[in-house]
Amino acid sequence: MTLLDVRGLTVRTDDGRILVDDLSFTVAGGERLGLIGESGSGKSLTTLAVLGLLPDGMTSSGSVELAGTQMVGAAERSLTGVRGRDAAVVFQEPLTALDPLMRLGRQIAEPLARRTGLTGKHLRGAVHQALEQVRLPEPDRIARAFAHEVSGGQRQRVALAMALACEPRLLIADEPTTALDVSVQAEMLELIDGLVREREMAVLFVSHDLAVVSRVTDRVLVMKDGRAVEQGVVHDIVRAPRETYTRALVASARKLESALDLRSAP
Amino acid sequence: MTPVLELKDAAVRYRGTAADVVADVSLAVEAGESLALVGESGAGKTTLLRLLLGLARPTAGAVRFDGAGLNPRDREQMRRFRRSVQCVFQDPYSSLDPSRRVGAIVAEPLRSLGLDSRSTAAPKVAAALERVGLQADAVDRYPHEFSGGQRQRIAIARATVCDPRVLLADEPVSALDVTTRVKVVDLLAELKQERGLTLVMVSHDLSVVASLCERTAVLERGRVVEQGATSQVLGEPGHPYTRRLIESVPRLPV
Repeated sequence: MTLLDVRGLTVRTDDGRILVDDLSFTVAGGERLGLIGESGSGKSLTTLAVLGLLPDGMTSSGSVELAGTQMVGAAERSLTGVRGRDAAVVFQEPLTALDPLMRLGRQIAEPLARRTGLTGKHLRGAVHQALEQVRLPEPDRIARAFAHEVSGGQRQRVALAMALACEPRLLIADEPTTALDVSVQAEMLELIDGLVREREMAVLFVSHDLAVVSRVTDRVLVMKDGRAVEQGVVHDIVRAPRETYTRALVASARKLESALDLRSAP
Repeated sequence: MTPVLELKDAAVRYRGTAADVVADVSLAVEAGESLALVGESGAGKTTLLRLLLGLARPTAGAVRFDGAGLNPRDREQMRRFRRSVQCVFQDPYSSLDPSRRVGAIVAEPLRSLGLDSRSTAAPKVAAALERVGLQADAVDRYPHEFSGGQRQRIAIARATVCDPRVLLADEPVSALDVTTRVKVVDLLAELKQERGLTLVMVSHDLSVVASLCERTAVLERGRVVEQGATSQVLGEPGHPYTRRLIESVPRLPV
């Protein structure tokens, strides 16, 4: 069953520049798709368009159907129910995604209360559980803390817990590990992989890093200058890229990686 | 041979805090042997770089330049130091003055070190820009007209225009896309080869470190847990922290 159906999506600025150009892809329930591309390729704008969150001065055309709701041109009021319930998002920079003035527990409690109707002690218990799920140590301490009082990796776990609190059918992750250290990144990828598997959730994973994408997704769509260059199974694309741009992308990644292998040779 | 730059049992403690952010750090930068400082956020990499740049002073231990203690009050020594040791920062968007033309930005070290006048600086600026692969007409343009990779090239041109011996680089490629990253790594390798530049690089990207540096020091919570030849440290890591770092690097499927 198709959960997200994007057809001919085009994003334009008010002065007529085309930032995403005639993009089409689908994500079925439980499926994982990676959007990969370099800065300016339009991958993040695509995720914003999917959620109907494009900034002022940009408009989308074409069709984006998310769980049966047409997101393009829909009234803001009809979208609030879709966001969170059908799709929730984790952004790159957890410090800007979290409210600096609200304790982390309350930020998770809000979507939880909305979905479950829990209050008081039961709600606190659900928050505790949500924090435990993303494997945060001392969930009660973290629930009382403010965003600046915990580490970057912990903040991103809180952001993930917030997104999962709504039990969305599609998790959109926009460079969720780019701001993290490499060992924290590895833990976070493993966590996303596991949690999504348990819930049979679909994932749209945006990244500039092929190796990171290949850890989480099965299929990948390569973007350049707002267009889809190539799409297919991650392993096929990494092993045998067809398009010139994808070949350059894979070659660059391989070249850096090979430096590590040379040094590691006994 | 006397190391160009050396930290001897250096420690830094920020005012009002109970613990040292870096402690007991001894490192030597020998000419021609590029050194990488590797570790995660908060490990003290940038603090060490600030020591090596003379921007911070150790609360214990010493920073030595050409064998002599670095003294920010010694103007003659600082002048030699600034000429020999230049730096490139992580973010090419905040490290270039947006209101000045590229020509003036790149000429800055020559002018502030009193090496050149406006007219004698021009050919050196042109040569520096050419070395980093930018067109000669870049001098009349502003930083915002360039992409991230090109800006980092401008920053490298500025840092190398006065022919320093050592280039300190703080995560010089981590803000760049992977294809651009490869090109800037190639450029740094070329500058090492052709101009005998010694790099001291702070990075959390082990593949970049392996591409550029002969020696590696691994930092964990302000202490050096392992240092030596890069092939040794990354190839046969002795410390569990180093092993964990290496295992965490995401790899492409084979």
